[in-house]
Amino acid sequence: MTARFRVGETVTVRAAFPPGHVRTPFFLRGKTGRVTEVLGPYRNPEELAYGRSGEPALPLYRVLFPTASLWDGYDGPPQDTTVADIYENWLEVLP
Amino acid sequence: MSKERDDEEVLRRHHDMGGLPAGPVDPYKPGAEHDYAPWEKRVDAILRLLGDPKRGVIKTDELRRGIEELGPGAYDAMSYYERWIASITNNLLEKGVITVDELGRRMAAISEAWPAGVEAPKTSRDEENKR
Repeated sequence: MTARFRVGETVTVRAAFPPGHVRTPFFLRGKTGRVTEVLGPYRNPEELAYGRSGEPALPLYRVLFPTASLWDGYDGPPQDTTVADIYENWLEVLP
Repeated sequence: MSKERDDEEVLRRHHDMGGLPAGPVDPYKPGAEHDYAPWEKRVDAILRLLGDPKRGVIKTDELRRGIEELGPGAYDAMSYYERWIASITNNLLEKGVITVDELGRRMAAISEAWPAGVEAPKTSRDEENKR
């Protein structure tokens, strides 16, 4: 299993809203950030949550977002960032 | 679909509340920290035993799913370890480790044996905190 994204790459979190156990926070869906680390393959928690094997394992990425891009009217410092660990199936590169 | 409805309220699952307004957080307010009651420690131990590599009955991800499925009312009303034991219970029922009938009978038997409920014995630290 090879990681599809590289450190430094700009990625967008899929704006998907499935029911069930999802490990990608609501407030990040549809938001764009930058990969800062490839954390390695981990079994898929969205499958593990239902008693299944979670295989094949998925690459997990650490992604950095400008916090001001996440919430309307964010009044903190403009350089604030938010970091989240996101599985590869939730990330895409916009054309 | 109603036009007036806020779609976020429908799509966002209740537990997924990161970033929502929640007021100030005071980590030092009375009751913000507490000693774990014996039953809470027992719940923790039950999960660890069920999830250890030998048994592997419940994974952390399954515990989390069960907590997320409690529904907004129960989710907000329950304490941390109450959510845990509710999720553990539902997972064990789904997996057939225990049955609803067995659990109901056992709960009734305990209620009968301990009509006033089981009072957790006070720890020495509880007494210190009172001073």
